[in-house]
Amino acid sequence: MLNPTMSPIEKVWHYVLRITSGLTLLFLILPVLVIIPLSFNEGSFLVYPLTGFSFRWYQDLFSAPEWIRSLQNSMIVAPAATVLAMVLGTLASIGLTRGEFRGKGIIMFLLISPMVVPVVIVGVASYLFFAPLGMDNSYTTLILEHAALGVPFVIITVTATLQGYNHNLTRAAANLGASPITTFFRITLPLIAPGVISGALFAFATSFDEVVVTLFLAGPEQATLPRQMFSGIRENLSPTIAAAATLLIGFSILLLLTLEWLRGRSERLRTS
Amino acid sequence: MTASSAPTTAVAATLPEAGRSLKQKLARAERMNKLKSQLLILPLVLFILLVFVLPITSLLFKSVNNPEVVDAMPHTVKAISSWSGRALPPEAVYAAAAQDIQQAHDDQKLGDLGKRLNMEVAGYRSLLNKTARALPMDPAPKSYKEALTNLDERWGDPAYWQAIRRNTSTQTPFYLLAAMDHRVDDLGEISRSSPDQAIYLDIFTRTFWMSLVVTAIALALAYPLAYLLVNLPTRTSNLLMILVLLPFWTSVLVRVAAWIVLLQSGGLINSTMQWLGMIDHPLQLVFNRTGVYISMVHILLPFMILPIYSVMKGISPSYMKAAISLGCHPFASFWRVYFPQTVAGISAGALLVFILSIGYYITPALLGSPNDQMVSYFVAFYTNTSINWGMATALGGLLLAATMILYIVYNWLVGAKSLRLG
Repeated sequence: MLNPTMSPIEKVWHYVLRITSGLTLLFLILPVLVIIPLSFNEGSFLVYPLTGFSFRWYQDLFSAPEWIRSLQNSMIVAPAATVLAMVLGTLASIGLTRGEFRGKGIIMFLLISPMVVPVVIVGVASYLFFAPLGMDNSYTTLILEHAALGVPFVIITVTATLQGYNHNLTRAAANLGASPITTFFRITLPLIAPGVISGALFAFATSFDEVVVTLFLAGPEQATLPRQMFSGIRENLSPTIAAAATLLIGFSILLLLTLEWLRGRSERLRTS
Repeated sequence: MTASSAPTTAVAATLPEAGRSLKQKLARAERMNKLKSQLLILPLVLFILLVFVLPITSLLFKSVNNPEVVDAMPHTVKAISSWSGRALPPEAVYAAAAQDIQQAHDDQKLGDLGKRLNMEVAGYRSLLNKTARALPMDPAPKSYKEALTNLDERWGDPAYWQAIRRNTSTQTPFYLLAAMDHRVDDLGEISRSSPDQAIYLDIFTRTFWMSLVVTAIALALAYPLAYLLVNLPTRTSNLLMILVLLPFWTSVLVRVAAWIVLLQSGGLINSTMQWLGMIDHPLQLVFNRTGVYISMVHILLPFMILPIYSVMKGISPSYMKAAISLGCHPFASFWRVYFPQTVAGISAGALLVFILSIGYYITPALLGSPNDQMVSYFVAFYTNTSINWGMATALGGLLLAATMILYIVYNWLVGAKSLRLG
């Protein structure tokens, strides 16, 4: 990029661009990096410099019943919401990409809207709606709402993958005598799997990170991991939170790597 | 000749018919196909309507819901309809009110009624409680008008009766007007709220202003970074992209906690700046507006980078090269050739960031002072803390309307389906 024909002022710009971009990247990654060492710190305050190495905050985390309970709750709610969003979302995406029909734009608008409507409104609305029915403080309601929040991500990723799907393959399978269900599971699904899985990862991350709707809709019994972190940050920011945060960062890295691997795979399939 | 001409005419005769039936069959197959597509979409549409649209619609109806007065004072509501609203209401209204207040007290409805009327005239709640304690009057007074006015002179003030008269319907614009700092005054006309209650327009202005600042900072940071990422070799840019995506995938609460650690007065940022000699005393960087801006920009930055990056990725470098080779200065060719091609990405990113910003709740709630709270905070506050669902739903409804208008603009400009993630 830097070549000898550049005028001095262009050279300056060249470096300015690199420095500002570098600072922006530092800004993005700094919070993620800074919290990890603190979770292994011996001292009981979340400040640098570190005083010594210890696993005591992880022991704290895994011996506190409220943290264990919240982790269990997240592990119930997030997978259930993901499966619901994934199944309904994938079917709808196939329907949406099969051809043009009237009202398609409005349906798309409707299905994406959970992504942009402020979560506080979703939280208050679902609380005021379900509480009189005696359906607040329930896992089912929480799962349903989290699934609705995950739907847009499944729709976006799966319809995008289906854009590159050759519908003649479905026709060929049907021509060869396969039933629509066989065709779906043996032809369509394997080909769009990367899109479906990355949509599911987005839906999972949405539910796993959701706190506002949970604040309104869940009782203490259904408190999820983010809900527990929220009260932790509000009441007493202790290194136990840093330990929980580090585990969550590890989890995000795992999600990100899976996603990158899927993207690489589908790109290879498309180019081959 | 004749032998072969007969089948030919037969074919010619059946051809239009066959053509028509084939057309019909095709049309039917097409219809079936459409129906199948719609059947695949139906479960999800029903699901979203039931768990998402229905609760939100009923929230919107709650913002005009006004059951308290009609519910607790049925006789008064009936009697007061004959009163013109000037001077004091007739005796029948006083008698009905005494009967209703006593009944409401027995039915435990006085609390809701007092809360509602207190919003109209301050002190109404205590007046109702005081009156309820004095009822029933023994012996029954000849004139309730006299008796009530003797009990408390406020019953002789038309304002207290006008408050009831304004609420004889189970629907009211009260909350929606209050959310826009307006009210229906004693004359039945819409006027500005009193200064101590006119706080909501300021909150809306603050919400939009803060969102605008966040959007502008995010754009200023995202544009150069996206430009660099597009122009770097693929390997390097993929590696750097991970630095963008990792925070994107990290829990918002983790990042909020990390920013508190970084920005607090003994935190890394302050101690570094002190060590460098840039400041003498730690700066207040968190639990104020600065902290809210920093963490909101941090959370929303990837939503700005990704659309701009994907648009820049599709721009061929030959345009810029052509402009430069034709003698245009590199800066001028950037501004006049490259930049216009990225406007689509900028508007997509900026609109998305702005839409997401105006609904923010968690970040200001955890990192801001009371003066940095946005509309969402007050929706939550009126739902949880001071149970005032009318106000909560009215503010929520207005916030939703603003979001929907922006979302429609976004949909029209960018198209929801072209949203790209990661």
